[in-house]
Amino acid sequence: MEFQAKELFAKHDVPGAPGIVATTPAEARAAAEQLGVCVVKAQVKAGGRGKAGGVKLAKTPDEAEEHATAILGMEIKGLTVHRVLVAPAASILEEYYFSFLLDRANRQYLCIASVEGGVEIEEVAKTNPDAVKQIPINAGTGVDEAKAREIVAEAGFPEVLAEQAVTLVLNLWKVFVEEDATLVEVNPLARLEGDVLEALDGKVSLDENAEFRHEDHAQYEDKDAADPLEAKAKAKGLNYVKLDGDVGIIGNGAGLVMSTLDVVAYAGEAHGGVKPANFLDIGGGANAQVMADGLDVILNDAQVKSVFVNVFGGITACDEVANGIKGALEILGDAATKPLVVRLDGNNVEEGRRILDELNHPLVTQVDTMDGAADKAAELANA
Amino acid sequence: MSIYLNKDSKIIVQGMTGGMGSKHTTLMVQAGSNIVGGVNARKAGTSVELAGKDLPVFGNVAEAMKETGADVSVVFVPPAFTKDACIEAIDAGIGLLVVITEGVPVQDTAEVWAYLDGPSNTGATRMVGPNCPGIITPGESLAGITPHTIAGTGPIGLVSKSGTLTYQMMHELRDFGFSTAIGIGGDPIVGTTHIDALAAFEADPDTKAIVMIGEIGGDAEERAAAYIKDNVTKPVVGYVAGFTAPEGKTMGHAGAIVSGSSGTAQAKKEALEAVGVKVGKTPSETAQLMRDILQSL
Repeated sequence: MEFQAKELFAKHDVPGAPGIVATTPAEARAAAEQLGVCVVKAQVKAGGRGKAGGVKLAKTPDEAEEHATAILGMEIKGLTVHRVLVAPAASILEEYYFSFLLDRANRQYLCIASVEGGVEIEEVAKTNPDAVKQIPINAGTGVDEAKAREIVAEAGFPEVLAEQAVTLVLNLWKVFVEEDATLVEVNPLARLEGDVLEALDGKVSLDENAEFRHEDHAQYEDKDAADPLEAKAKAKGLNYVKLDGDVGIIGNGAGLVMSTLDVVAYAGEAHGGVKPANFLDIGGGANAQVMADGLDVILNDAQVKSVFVNVFGGITACDEVANGIKGALEILGDAATKPLVVRLDGNNVEEGRRILDELNHPLVTQVDTMDGAADKAAELANA
Repeated sequence: MSIYLNKDSKIIVQGMTGGMGSKHTTLMVQAGSNIVGGVNARKAGTSVELAGKDLPVFGNVAEAMKETGADVSVVFVPPAFTKDACIEAIDAGIGLLVVITEGVPVQDTAEVWAYLDGPSNTGATRMVGPNCPGIITPGESLAGITPHTIAGTGPIGLVSKSGTLTYQMMHELRDFGFSTAIGIGGDPIVGTTHIDALAAFEADPDTKAIVMIGEIGGDAEERAAAYIKDNVTKPVVGYVAGFTAPEGKTMGHAGAIVSGSSGTAQAKKEALEAVGVKVGKTPSETAQLMRDILQSL
């Protein structure tokens, strides 16, 4: 969110007033009393906040309170606004755009800069692509002062701002590398009265794989927005994403689970349009506890009417998975009420299928193929 | 024949003495791989017995290569040390570097790629991964974690971002078998791309047809489609996972994130079909498309 991006900017000496975060209209009023004329801005992880009515100028503390009352609780792109940022209003002479990002296609980094238009950058990119400069950055050599000067010259910053821009580029580069970001964006980067450069709004995307060397990044997780089931799954270390559907899905390996969602959606077309209810990857070590935790999360999803367990035993042995399902059903006892369709294949499949046959649980149906099992699970969800 | 890996490949394992490393070294030996040793600076000079084979531990990759003639390294070290392990192997001039480790920070991979793609890579190392199941040339060698029992040798070349989908597809087509199956990994930056593997399969006389498995995120499949149009004469069958993935949500693979219209499964499917690649709706339908092609060859 903006206020978090601004915290990271401040940490690396990127100029821009961080503003004050408020969660109630009264707090917004108090902030405005401190700051004077200000802007009240909705804090959600989504673009287009201004167009949605989530950004308002307040000339007085009364107005700030009034705007905060309207903005807090409003929904922007499906996200509820729990906080506003009260930032001092600035007299903007010009708006620019600046970002560093990961360039997947070329396996390096990219700097995108434009001195023609900040917030409307996507429009500028369409109508006047030459005004949006793309400068490749080698991941080995990065951005030193010489490279920063090259970027500033290429982007075409006004001469009077050039030195400020070089410092700003170097500090934003520090945000990018020292915080392990995949995107650092300033939009708009503003030329204020008195020829001062300031980051008025920004966005930073952090690499989750790098969390082990950034203990402070945990605070940036969007806990308010997380679905309660997603929060529960996360607490148990499960890789779970809640979707809008009827067939609960458990599988091993991200690719196979994604494929399972697709296969269920296709099968659902013949069964009243039922859809997959979630993504859940139990990974390699599918023991009884992981399976029980996974089933517990999925069975607590009120929308779920049937569950499809799709496991291809690669390293994981199917007998371990079968024992996991057996153990999970024992742990859950009467709490398990929804039908389970299980498809096991691969390593030790005969033993796995035998264990489930022997269990002979009324809720469990075994189907040998992925397509057949998806069809059965969809049929049961539509019953 | 095969691509990248064959019965003559001599393999060392970086991180062989760790939990993942020792488990999978055992499985690689059982698969018939010629594992010649491991690397761990703190245990140099010792040896480890895995799957009945006494494997020497060396202090670094250069020493291991000098002593054993190794030309392949498989990396199992934890994410925090993966970058250094890769640079060490590139400096030593290893031919093939297969990085299994999951959860490597993308800036570390970007740095390794910049190093490998630049003048430092005098040994012309090829990197596969990170976050991948590695390479298997059935009946000859395994450098990675793909179960060697799924399928035997045959005419199909397989390239995939995903591990379990590789296994699923090998299982579906086990009646035909594979020349080589390579999992390139699902991270935003990987060392070997779909295009690299397609080029190698095109040049491999024993590969008669190619299965390409992709998933949402990035534009690697779209670029592969453009490459196929101009450069690949062998039949290619495709599969793309992630049609039902919602926008903006990561589903396990760091690379599998959809933001905006580019990178969707639909866009990838259309790009592949536009160049004549048949794309299956499900893994089994994809396997059937491949079966039809092989039977008509």
